[in-house]
Amino acid sequence: MPWDLKPDRPIYTQLVEHIEWMILSGVYPPGAKLPSVRDLAREASVNPNTMQRALAQLEEDGLIITHRTSGRSITEDSEMIQKARIRIAREQVSEFLEKMKKLGFDKKEILSIINNMIEEVGK
Amino acid sequence: MNAILECKGLTKSYGGKKALSDVNLTIERGRIVGLLGPNGSGKTTLIKLANALLTPTSGEIRIAGMKPGTGTKKIVSYLPERNYLNDWMRVHDIIGLFRDFYGDFRPDKAYDMLKRLNINPNDKLKTMSKGTKEKVQLILVMSREAELYLLDEPIGGVDPAARDYILETIISNYNPEATIIISTHLISDVEKILDHVIFIREGQVVLSSSVDEIREQGKSVDGLFREVFRC
Repeated sequence: MPWDLKPDRPIYTQLVEHIEWMILSGVYPPGAKLPSVRDLAREASVNPNTMQRALAQLEEDGLIITHRTSGRSITEDSEMIQKARIRIAREQVSEFLEKMKKLGFDKKEILSIINNMIEEVGK
Repeated sequence: MNAILECKGLTKSYGGKKALSDVNLTIERGRIVGLLGPNGSGKTTLIKLANALLTPTSGEIRIAGMKPGTGTKKIVSYLPERNYLNDWMRVHDIIGLFRDFYGDFRPDKAYDMLKRLNINPNDKLKTMSKGTKEKVQLILVMSREAELYLLDEPIGGVDPAARDYILETIISNYNPEATIIISTHLISDVEKILDHVIFIREGQVVLSSSVDEIREQGKSVDGLFREVFRC
């Protein structure tokens, strides 16, 4: 997964989102070890201090656990991960709804588009 | 923790021309700072003042609380804009020279980086391309365990792929307690690794801000630079 960082949003926020995404999509499964700050920073070509800050945020959110001697790993608390998945899903949907509203669709129309598309994709 | 670099009313004139005029600036430790400005804005003058290669006309500059001089050279690793190494020397000899010169120089680090960049330590500088010479210089400078790195146009002469490699070299050797100041006008190439930027124009600091503060306003550093320095 490439670190596609946008130039007009804080780097730190984007790092948090990217790592969250990697955790929730299974690139780093529950309990997996996370690479070191330096390696992650090099991979994303960002300042290690910024990466450090992003990891601290994820730790505060409960997705990452820091071990005293052996680096960091992903939480094994599946409830925690499920919570984060739902939060991100809600964010995605609210962004989508915002755009649909701008395009002038009402609730019923939006629901019918979604239903139709889900069936199409299902085929 | 005291600031790594501090300027108070710093002014430098060449004859009647002011290269720097009343610069007030504080740079904290643990930052990667972009010193950004068009050609002739005073970037190199500021860096030379920090290295005691120039003395202020008025005002003062302090590195970790000290006036630039012998004491500060021990903790400052400087990459000048020009190549100052002897062309007839082999990389291997220059590494020896650096080891003799600087107590904080780590030859193992230098050899390791040379290897990663496929540079043969037995090559003479004069047989190298301009880009390779620049890489060697940067490797030497980054192989010191300094508190402050002053890099004057470190990526000016190399192609974009090598630029990425050089930035990667800087990141992977960066000690998070140290501060790196990079002067450049190639902003979009470096902006990802910067966490603080200083805009300098006609000898005056027009902006000193954290990169995230700029981005929180929905702007890129490159975009803001173009806005501030519109011709």
